[in-house]
Amino acid sequence: MLPIRESFILAGILFTLGVIGVLARRNLVFILMSIEVMLNAAGLAFVVAGAQWRQPDGQVVFLFILAMAAAELSVGLALVLELYRQYKTLDTDVLSRMRG
Amino acid sequence: MMLACLILIPLAAGVLAWAAARWSVTAARWIALLAMLADFTLALSLWISHYHAGFATWYAETDWAWIPQLGIRFHLAVDGLSLLLLMLTFFLGTISVLVSWREITEAAGFFHLNLLWILAGIAGVFLAVNLFLFYFAWELMLVPMYFLIAVWGHENRTYAAVKFFIFTQLSGLLMLVAILALFFLHHHATGVYSFEYQDLLGTAMSPGTEMWIMLGFFVAFAVKLPVVVLHTWLPDAHTEAPTAGSVILAGLLLKTGAYGMLRFVLPLFPHAASVFAPIAMALGVAGILYGALLAFGQTDLKRLVAYTSVSHLGFVLLGIFAWNSLALQGAVMTMICHGISTGALFVLVGALHERIHTREMDHMGGIWSTAPRLSGAALFFALASLGLPGLGDFVGEFLVLLGAYQKSIVLTSLAAIGILFATFYALRLVQRAFQGPNTRDWHIPDLVPREGLVIGLMIAALLWLGLYPRPILDTFQQAAARLEQLAPGK
Amino acid sequence: MLDLLWLVPAIPFASAFVLAVFGPRMRSKAVAVLGAGAIAVPAVLMLLIAAAFVSAPPAGGAYTQVLWTWIGVGSFRPAIAFYLDALSLVMVVVVTFVSFLIHVYSTEFMRGDEGYSRFFAYMNLFVASMVTLLLADNLLLLYLGWEGVGLCSYLLIGFWYQDPVNGLAGRKAFIVTRVGDTAMAVGLFLLFHSLGTLRIQDLLHTASDQWQIGSPYAVAAAALLLGGAVGKSAQLPLQTWLPDAMAGPTPTSALIHAATMVTAGVYLIARTHGLYELAPQVQLAVAVTGAATLLMAGCSALTQNDIKRVLAYSTISQIGYMFFALGVGAWGAAIFHFMTHAFFKALLFLAAGVVIEALHHEHNIFRMGGLRKELPAAFWTFLIGGCALAGLPLITAGYYSKDLILWSAANSTAGTAGLWVAGIAGVVLTSLYTFRLIFVVFFGQPATPVSHRPGPAMMIPAFVLAFLSITAGFATTPFAAFMAKALPELHEGGMGMSEVINSTVAGLAFLAGLLVAWYAYLSNPALGRAAATSRVGRVLHRFWFSDWGMDWFYDRLFVWPVVWSAKANKADIVDSIYTGLTRLAALCHRYFSLTETGRLRWYAAWIAGGSAFAVAIAMFL
Repeated sequence: MLPIRESFILAGILFTLGVIGVLARRNLVFILMSIEVMLNAAGLAFVVAGAQWRQPDGQVVFLFILAMAAAELSVGLALVLELYRQYKTLDTDVLSRMRG
Repeated sequence: MMLACLILIPLAAGVLAWAAARWSVTAARWIALLAMLADFTLALSLWISHYHAGFATWYAETDWAWIPQLGIRFHLAVDGLSLLLLMLTFFLGTISVLVSWREITEAAGFFHLNLLWILAGIAGVFLAVNLFLFYFAWELMLVPMYFLIAVWGHENRTYAAVKFFIFTQLSGLLMLVAILALFFLHHHATGVYSFEYQDLLGTAMSPGTEMWIMLGFFVAFAVKLPVVVLHTWLPDAHTEAPTAGSVILAGLLLKTGAYGMLRFVLPLFPHAASVFAPIAMALGVAGILYGALLAFGQTDLKRLVAYTSVSHLGFVLLGIFAWNSLALQGAVMTMICHGISTGALFVLVGALHERIHTREMDHMGGIWSTAPRLSGAALFFALASLGLPGLGDFVGEFLVLLGAYQKSIVLTSLAAIGILFATFYALRLVQRAFQGPNTRDWHIPDLVPREGLVIGLMIAALLWLGLYPRPILDTFQQAAARLEQLAPGK
Repeated sequence: MLDLLWLVPAIPFASAFVLAVFGPRMRSKAVAVLGAGAIAVPAVLMLLIAAAFVSAPPAGGAYTQVLWTWIGVGSFRPAIAFYLDALSLVMVVVVTFVSFLIHVYSTEFMRGDEGYSRFFAYMNLFVASMVTLLLADNLLLLYLGWEGVGLCSYLLIGFWYQDPVNGLAGRKAFIVTRVGDTAMAVGLFLLFHSLGTLRIQDLLHTASDQWQIGSPYAVAAAALLLGGAVGKSAQLPLQTWLPDAMAGPTPTSALIHAATMVTAGVYLIARTHGLYELAPQVQLAVAVTGAATLLMAGCSALTQNDIKRVLAYSTISQIGYMFFALGVGAWGAAIFHFMTHAFFKALLFLAAGVVIEALHHEHNIFRMGGLRKELPAAFWTFLIGGCALAGLPLITAGYYSKDLILWSAANSTAGTAGLWVAGIAGVVLTSLYTFRLIFVVFFGQPATPVSHRPGPAMMIPAFVLAFLSITAGFATTPFAAFMAKALPELHEGGMGMSEVINSTVAGLAFLAGLLVAWYAYLSNPALGRAAATSRVGRVLHRFWFSDWGMDWFYDRLFVWPVVWSAKANKADIVDSIYTGLTRLAALCHRYFSLTETGRLRWYAAWIAGGSAFAVAIAMFL
């Protein structure tokens, strides 16, 4: 039996690390990696919760998350490659064009 | 069916005029003119045919189901009050088509579509006896009026149009909330969903609720009227609108506010209204004095005329809330006469603007020597505006004051000073614009026959109203007596 | 005959309308015929009606003609109806007759003016309104005529509109009289509210039934009507408009601002005499107002240079006598003085108009002089008018009417010795300023050459009026008997002064004024100048010349604050609430838009922080 409390704290820490990564890193590749960390933190929470209440749903959702993360990562990396080819940089502050 | 025609004719003629303007603008103008004349004749025949029977009840009803489950019906009916205002509507409607004949050249088809739709909306407001339909017509006037100002207006038109729209729309929404509250209260009390005016009369509610709902209606009408403090959209909208727009704004749109007070605020909420009456009367007097003072300070001729409306409609508010036959009759008389006299002043200012391309009084002066008819007519309507006995406005204002005197001597005396103030601005208007030396050497053509006809009709109407107003008073008499009965303490 | 009464106002109304609409296209001869003819017919008609009225008096001494109900709301049903009794009969006959003469005079005086037809349109409208005022059977119709004459007065003062000064004078006249009218309107509300009618006769009956003498309602109503009367009749404290009103054409000054309109206040008080009898305090106020006005205006008349302004102040002063008479209860004497004043003051203005036109529109009396030989007709008519004004004993009409007023002041229960003395002082002043005017204008050295001599259309009316200025005085007794049918007689009492003493003193007062004027302006002109330039004289002169500084005072107290506040508030301070709201919205917009940096990570941080905040709220609340 997984201790639920500690597992949630771990998931929280992982998620926070992911958030900090997204916010603090300027390189797109690292941002993508941080997003993966956040996704996995959420997945962990699901699995733990599923085990706690003896429901298969938690693991089912985790499988969804995995699939989605893979899809997202492949699209994301493709975009990153394309961006790098055009701008020769992956610094988000340089790439930002949203300033109105 | 006849009443539905009053609304449907302008709606249809508007579309027709728009379509016709693709191949002939003149055809569009004629279509609009004929539609207005047809409506005016219809209203007149309604009046004459019932004149001897008196105007004791609703008559000539049109009642079609619309969304019957919610008590929403296309229900129209007239009594003395709405009939008078309908005739005014179509009279001024005819005149506003005529004054636009040369002034509007750009997108004339669309102009007439808007013009006729506004008039249809106004007619709907005066006819509807279903509150949902009333609200629908209330909003129907608003949008085309916005376009009229925003497309064909003067220099600062966008600002004025948006200001007009925000003021009226916000207050209209407040009224919608009040209507819905009344609707649900009525359902709560009787278990029936109905927006019918007759059903909602006498809905049971606590005094606090009544006051709040009454205020919702009051504010909506107060913005239109306009009551002082809520009046600042008016000078901008009147000044920037094309002549026809100003005529309709001053002559009719403001009257919908007064009509709403008479039709809804007093009968639906008699107790709250009587508690509120002293405040409303004081607001009316404040409007009379403040509007006159503002008018006196203006240098833009059109703006000056616009502010006089604030002053005159103050008399209407005072009369409505003085709430006795004399004052109510006076209020309706003032509404009609103000529509004609101020409408005529806008026509004249528009005619002058067409000729000299300025509204600044400092640039005028000595117009009399070159256009005596135009100037003489301006003098005539300025005199009507300052309440000269023998012209319509005097009858209305005198009756209002006579009725208000029975309620409050102080307020009446202050309002009487307002008549004195009217002298200031009216004489200033005539002397600055038309008399004095012709320093700029203006040489302008006098009134052309079309304008002469319009002005002549309005002069005749004001003289008639001033010397023999009894047909008007008799028409409204029954409705006024019924309203007076409602006053608590009677 | 009497049922033709409605034509008397209707004909001038119709002709005013025709002249206003078609006048500019008519030939000037046609305008003159129509303009004067439209007054001639009512004048003749009125004489016939008067004959019928006297020979076969209608039942109750009054004839009422109802045309139609004007307004009908509940019990408020004023009608367009005319009421003819001895009082209104005399007034209308005098008004139509004098108007006719002045119209004839105007056909020549105004010839060649650009606004010839406009002038006659206004003048006809005036006569129609004035007759309506006099014949009105209810106070609302009277108010219609009242405002109508005010309007015509305004239009005619500003007749030469190219000069803004004339326009301003007209505006001042209209506004100042309307101050009084506002009080009068409130009086009408009060009367209707408490008595339930505005028909004058019903009103007076009901008032005497319902109200005690001195009841607050009666006092308030009488005082409010008095407000209207002092405005229209240019009495204290609203007299300031009349001297400026002289900017209008001279026939206008003769007709409106001397003979007829300005006496409307006298008529109003006489018409509603029942109210004043119920309010003795107000009646005393009428007398005091009259006495004060006649003295103040007399002093001001002494210092003026403009011939028409002298006459204007003398008009104010003479109407002061009428108020004085009303105040002491000598109702008939007031109307008698109205009649004689209408004749001699119209005459004086017409003669002054001749002089002014002869000297090429010169108004300053010190640039006239020696006109006795050059313009003998004008001189003699002016002299007759002047003597009547000053009250030359035994011959002139003015003497008889003024004598009657003075005697009444001494012998009325409402009169006092102080009032009588003021009246006598007024006679000295009147005589003094009248002969000052005559001596300066017609005697001495000629100063300006005469360029134009009057024709018969201008002189014949003057001769007729000169004749009346003398003969009208001999009708004192029959006039009083006729007036007694409509107005109460004097309540005799008071000091009980004999007629002989009163007449002697009045005659001596006249002589005193004449002698001083003769000494100071004719035999020893240096003395007059010295008196005016001494220290006291200079102050008094400046003070009196500016009408006791009342214009100065009113400007600061009323005119400037209103004008200033209107100018300052041109942009409407209320609007700044709403523009303030829009400014606030714009300000918020500016600050919120600062958060839109375009930095992705910054947005992400906001999202993260926001979610954390939301979760925290969900957890802890």
